[in-house]
Order: sequence, then C-alpha cells, then structure tokens
Amino acid sequence: MGIEGEVLAGLKDRFGEPSFRSLAIVRDRVVKIVIDRKDLVAVCTFLKSKFDMAHLSSIAAVDWRDHFESVYHLTSWSRNFMVQINAWIPHDDPHIDSVVPLWNGANVHEREAYDLMGIIYDGHPNLTRILLPKDFEFFPLRKDFPQEVDRQYVSRRKIGGG
Amino acid sequence: MTGALIDLFGWSYALASFLLWIGAQLLGLGNWISLQLGAPSPGPLEGMIGFVTGAPLTSLVAIILAINILLLWATAFHLLIVMWIERKMYSRLQDRRGIMLGLGSSEILRNTLGRIPLIGRPFRKASHLGTGFLQTVADGVKLFQKEVITPASADKWMFHAAPVMIAASTLFLFIAIPWSDGFWIMGSRLPNGDVVNPWGVLVILGAFSVAPLSILIAGWASNNKYTLLGGMRAAAQLMSYEIPMVLSIIALVVFAGTLDPFQLVRQQSAPLTFGLGPFGTVQIPWLPNWYIFNPILWIAFVVFFITVIAEAERIPFDIPEAEAELVEGWTTEYSGMRFGIVFGFKWLRAIAGAALIAILFLGGWSGPVFAQVWIPNIASPGNLWPIPILPQEFWFTLKIYAIFVVFVWIGWSVPRVRIDQILNIGWKRLLPLSLLAILLATLARGMGWF
Amino acid sequence: MAEMWINMGPQHPMTHGLWNLRIKVDGETIVDAEPEIGYLHRGYEKIMEVREFQKNVVLTDRLCYVSSITWSHCYCLACEAAMDLDVPERGKYLRVVSNELQRIASHLMWLAAYGPDLGLLTALLWALRERELFLDLLQLITGARMNQNYPRIGGVRNDAPGDFEKYCAKVIGHFRKKLGEHEKVFEQSKLFQVRIDLRKLDPYDAYPEMDFQPAVEQEGDSYARYKVRVEEMKTSCDIILQALHKMPTGPYRVKPPRRIEGEGFRRTEDSRGEALFYVIGDGDDRPYRVKIRSPVFSNIAAAPLMMRGNKVADVVAIMGSIDVCVGEMDK
Repeated sequence: MGIEGEVLAGLKDRFGEPSFRSLAIVRDRVVKIVIDRKDLVAVCTFLKSKFDMAHLSSIAAVDWRDHFESVYHLTSWSRNFMVQINAWIPHDDPHIDSVVPLWNGANVHEREAYDLMGIIYDGHPNLTRILLPKDFEFFPLRKDFPQEVDRQYVSRRKIGGG
Repeated sequence: MTGALIDLFGWSYALASFLLWIGAQLLGLGNWISLQLGAPSPGPLEGMIGFVTGAPLTSLVAIILAINILLLWATAFHLLIVMWIERKMYSRLQDRRGIMLGLGSSEILRNTLGRIPLIGRPFRKASHLGTGFLQTVADGVKLFQKEVITPASADKWMFHAAPVMIAASTLFLFIAIPWSDGFWIMGSRLPNGDVVNPWGVLVILGAFSVAPLSILIAGWASNNKYTLLGGMRAAAQLMSYEIPMVLSIIALVVFAGTLDPFQLVRQQSAPLTFGLGPFGTVQIPWLPNWYIFNPILWIAFVVFFITVIAEAERIPFDIPEAEAELVEGWTTEYSGMRFGIVFGFKWLRAIAGAALIAILFLGGWSGPVFAQVWIPNIASPGNLWPIPILPQEFWFTLKIYAIFVVFVWIGWSVPRVRIDQILNIGWKRLLPLSLLAILLATLARGMGWF
Repeated sequence: MAEMWINMGPQHPMTHGLWNLRIKVDGETIVDAEPEIGYLHRGYEKIMEVREFQKNVVLTDRLCYVSSITWSHCYCLACEAAMDLDVPERGKYLRVVSNELQRIASHLMWLAAYGPDLGLLTALLWALRERELFLDLLQLITGARMNQNYPRIGGVRNDAPGDFEKYCAKVIGHFRKKLGEHEKVFEQSKLFQVRIDLRKLDPYDAYPEMDFQPAVEQEGDSYARYKVRVEEMKTSCDIILQALHKMPTGPYRVKPPRRIEGEGFRRTEDSRGEALFYVIGDGDDRPYRVKIRSPVFSNIAAAPLMMRGNKVADVVAIMGSIDVCVGEMDK
C-alpha cells in the first residue's frame, strides 16, 4: 500500500466512510476527497498533523450552479504527495470556515476566492476584495455573471451557452 | 610662475584696462563735445575719466572678470566634459557606445554652419563625429525649456532657496580651488613670486559642508515623503563623512605643516624624500614627493578618497537620491532648470572633490613642463612671455579627469550601499582609520621618520 | 520622526509593473507593509471559460510575458491530466528544452531588473546582453522572441531545427563563462524559504530522465534567493544539453480530444516558483473552470512578514528577489 492508500485508510479510520462524498486516487501520489463544508477544518487539521501537509498550494472556488465547491490542493513535502479536497457549499448560503489558522498562505487565496466567486470564509482576518476594486458589486466568476461573448472571438457553436 | 600658462590676474587686468579704456574714450568724446559747446576747461567729464582709468576701478573690474573667467572655465566647460566622460565611460563598461549624437545631427547646424565652404564639412551630414558631446548641451537646453513646477504644499521660499544655496556654495568652492600658480582667485602673491593662501584647504572644506544643510532644506521644503527621507539620509550621510574627511586631512597636515594649497603643491613637486630617523634620508629622484607615496599618508588618502565619493553623492553612496526606492530622493519635486541645477552641481562637487584629492595627495598641478616657448608679451612691451608646452593647467586637469574616471569606474561597478551600512562604514571603519593615520603620522613625525 | 505610510507604487521604480506596496516607516525602519494588487487584473479565468482548450494557450502565454512557455506548458499539462492524454517522447523532450531556455531567459530578465534595484545599472545591460542569446535560441525553435505560443495540448507546435543542438551548445558554453562575471559583480553586495524543486518531487514530461541537482539554499533571505536563481540557470544549462543529447526521434505531437469530461491539475516548477493549473471540463469544448495558481501572488502575501524590521532600501532588494511579475500576479 502506497502513501495514497495510507491516507485514504487514515481518513476512513478517523472520520468514517459516510462523512465523505467520495474518496479516490487520482494518479500516482495524488488523492482526491470530496467532503461537506462542516468537516473541512477537522479534515485539514487531521491531514496537517498526521501526514505533515505543510503547504497549501491553492484554493479554487468552483460554481456548479447547484452548489459551490471550494477546492484545496495540499502538499506534503516530507511524504511527497498531494491531496485535493473538494468541499461542498450550498449555493444559497456561501459560507465556509477559513483555514488561515492552519496555513497562513491561505490568506490571499481565500481573499481571491471571495473576490471572484463570493464565497465567504468565516474566521478570515481580513476578507476584503483583493484583485477587483473595493466598490465592485458582483462576483465575476459565478456562472450567472454574463460574459460579453459577442465582443470576443469565441467558439461559434457555443455562443448561446453563456 | 614657471609652468603656468594662464596669469589670471594679469590677463584680467589687461582686459579690464582695455574695456575701461574704451569707456574712457567715450567719455573723452563727450568731454570734447562739451568743450566745443563752450564748457570751461578741462571739461565736465575730466574727473570721471580719471576715475574710470584709475587703478582702483581697474582692479575691481579685473577681479570681477577674473572670477567670471575662472567660474566659466571651472564649471561650464568642465561640467560638460565631465558629464560626457561619465556617460561614455559607463556606456563602455556596459558594452555599448552611449551617446553618439553627431555634429551633423542638428538640422539647424546643417543648414547654417554646414553651408560654409571648407569649415562646414563636419556639419554637412549626419555622422557620429563629436561622439555625442553636444548631447549634454541639448539636455541643458531641454531643461531650460521645461516648466518650473512648485508643489502646492511646498514651503516656496525655502524650496527655491535650496538650489541657490547649493549652487552658491559649490561655486564658492571653485573660488577657493586654484588651478595653477597663475590661475587662481583666492590667494596673494608674495614679493618673491610665490603665491600663498594660508587657510585655503580649510575654506574649501567649509564650503563643502554647506551643501548638506541645503539638501536638508530642499528635502524638507518640498513637503514630500520621498524628499524628506532623502534629505534626512543626505544629512546623516554627509555629516558622518565630514568627520573622517577632516581627520584624514589633519593627518596630512601633521606631515605637511600647512593648509595652503600652493605650499602643499610646492612641497609635492620636489623629488620623493623619506626621512629614516637616525639613518638619515633616502631620496628617489625619479618620483615626485606626492603624499600618496608616503607609507602613512596612504591610509589618509584611502579614507579621503572614499569620503569624497560620499560627499559628492556618487553611486555607491548615492542613497539620498536612490532612484530605486526613493524615486529621486530629495530632488524628486524639482523640475526644469531647478532640477538642472541640483543635478549638474553634483558633478561640479565631484570635480571639486577630485581637485582637492589632486592638490592634497597627487601633487596638484605639478608635472614636467619639458620646455617653454618664449614669445613677446603684449601686456608689457619689451618683455618675453614664456609659454610652457605642457602647462600646469594641463597636468591639473589631467589629474582631475583621471580621478573622475576612477569615480565613474567605482560608481558603475558596485551596487548601492544601504543607509545603515553607509553609517557603519563611516563611523566604524573610516573614523578609526583616520584616527590611526593621525596617530601614526604624529609618531612618525615626532621620531623623524618619513 | 513619527511613523508614516509611504506608497511604493503604482508608479514607482521599485514595482516593475503596476502594483502598490504601502509601507509604514519609522524613520528608515519598516514597521508594517501592505501590498495592494489588482491593477492589471484582466479576468483570465473568466476569459478562458469561453475559449476552446487549445486556444487558451495563447492566453496563458501572456500570463507572464518573460516566461511564456513555462506557463503555457503548465496549462497544457493540466489539460492533458484532465484528458488522460499521453505526449510522445520527442514532444516531452522538446518541452523540456524550450522550458529551460525560457527559464534561463526569465532568470536573466530578473537579474537585469535586480541590478538597477540595487543601484547597479551595469548589471541590467550585461544580463540583457546574455538574454539576447537565449532569445535567439528561442526564436530558432519557436519562431518568436516573446509570447512564443509554443506548447500545445498533446505536444509542441513544431519540431526543433536540425542543427539546434549545435547552436545551444555554443550559446551555453559562452553563457557559462559569462555567468561567472555576473556573480562577481553581484556578490560584492550581501543583503526562510525552503526551496522545493517540483521537477524532482513531482516530475513531469521528460524530467524523470534528466540528471540534475535542484538548487537549494538553507537561508531564506534575498541573497539566498539570488544564489538559487543563479544555480538554477546553471542547472538549466545542464538539462538543455542533456535533453538535446538524449532526444529521441519520432512524432512530437498527438491530436488531443476536443472535449473534456472531468478535471485535472498539474503543478510545475515555474521560473518564479510553484505554478498550478486546475482545469475542469464539463463535456464541452471549453473549460468549465480554470484556476491559475500564481507563485508571485502567493509570495506577495508574505510581503508584510518579510518587510517588518528591515530598512527602506531592503524593500527593493526583497521584492526584487521575489521577481514580481504583475501579469501572473493579477491574472
């Protein structure tokens, strides 16, 4: 059993199979888990302490129209493997706990996700817009924010899509 | 005055006499007309003519002319050359040619001077002839045309006074620096032909230390955070480098026994002589007695050289105007010719520093004159006038340029030093070194060595 | 003197682009710092959602104009991870070669910009002089000097010219000599980062076959970052020569599928640190979502931490050693 299986077994032991929406090995030394937002901090704390996940590569927010996902790419330098955590967030209540207490580097990534996708990270020390102007009213990466497709060269068949 | 080409006071006196003679002729014409109109003899303007041609006014005009000639020579002429040297030199260090504006690049010159047969040849077509010497002139013209902007919140009187203070103190430096035995303003000629100026070096150092105050004023009066930081840096840096500078000169004075630039140069033009205490003296006839060759004053020379670079705010020590973090430091808010003044006078201070180094350690204007050509003197008929082949002015200018090239060389091959590192160098390295030089100099002098 | 805030930017010689660092100083000492970014935000992640996968390579080229190939390469890798696509061997080697050439060019650009930051304008001219040679090499292989648009999903755009190895060997031989001069110039000045080389830890393309030692320094100051970059340039030279030597013949590109159902991400060792692309496809011929992880964006977050207690002049040295590229920082 490689490091991937070890991680999956550890997670199942600690939290139980039902608390995960899915657990999978993506490729060599990369694990993907899908969880609910309420388990996020507990899972992250466990991974950080048990498997020395010292580095948070990035936080991506995805709008799936019926729900949001906050995607964390964690790296363990010492064990040399990555974990991708997709945390589900309901679309009508875009709140999730911040991981800044665990990784200081999450600060700007969470601010960026808030700025562009409108997900509110509870417990973040300074959750303000980082890339867009302070008085900007929209969250442009959401799927209901229209693209000005007629002013760009885009795939002809897909212009209707939005 | 062997070896000096220019007799500044003699020449200015002749020029002043000539100018006043023209004035006297005009007055004489008026007097003649008055006499023709029936005025009583000797005419109403006779007294005026006597005053104009008299010695007091002629001397006054001669002094004013001399000051103007020397300042034009020392500043306008050398400023252009030195800026050109710097730009060409650092371009070469950077594997490029630098400014290459040719004489024929200007359309005006092409159409005017270029039309003249024979003489106009270099101006006729665009070429690299002149290798960019006119670029500096063009920059100056550009600066003159630019608008002078005064920041709304600036302290206007002080803001405009600061460049004037910098300019005035720097020009005063050049009044005090002699260029040869005959080319000087400050000093007096003894009956035996020697020139003396007993406190000359002290006056130069005093004039050097006025600039930090005006830089601080400029930084404060601009009412800008960058200029304020730059002004504070300038004050801290220049004041901490004054002290080692003066102390290293004290070490020199212990040996030389004088603060007179003329006397210093006279002592250095002798052959190199070392006193060896009880063992007599050693003379090396093929080397001049420059103080840089002295085994102890060498330390003072190093200290003095570094402090002069710092005083002139050249690159390793240019933190007051560090363009990377403070935009342009204390000069940020100046524009037009105000900027031109504070910018150009940095080079003038570098020239003055180089001249001081040359006078104190490198023999000043002494150098082999080789031969003199004797030609009839117009000013005093019947006498012959010696024209040296390589006059003292040539040697002095050559040394200044050589030192300046070293400045440029250092400046463009090392990065800038941080403020705390600069103060560390000043207080922890240069100050003890200069004190050591004084100590060793007094010891050696007391024991009769060197 | 009381404490005061100073704006370093958006138009300031220190910033190398359009961003603002506000620092709070007490005399010459920095008490606090606060980066303000977003002046160059172009909405990359949104634009990429309406373009087909292959066409986005043009966009990722412009993320950082001095390191185009490495960024496009990372995007292509992420797309290939989502597509489960295998790149032909020769394509992998060509990617390695172009990547490393681009890395050296980017590092030389950084070295050139770092010189004037420290008050040494001579370094600017020298580093740009050497960079010209590598731009020539890149032009030889890709046809362009900037924004080369070279990597493709499934390989690279074109093959290298026949005598490319000869030119590379010549330039690198010359460059290795010149790099010593640069080091001499820079190391006259001495001004916690654990450096991890993803080319070793999470190898991609033909990097597993390469034999090199990643550049690592134990200290985390500006001088260490400088030394790491110089070491990286030497390593890149070795890698280029090795790759050209070992390069197999054969196809250099496969045709990728038009649509992706699923997601994938890959990290690469970009010129400035860890770059990560996270690509999601929903069965369409355009990405559903692309996430760009920029190393500079993450490093800039540490700016206040690195600044505190240093002098004003250190701001330039520290930010210069991070090698801020506003294009990739603001996306």
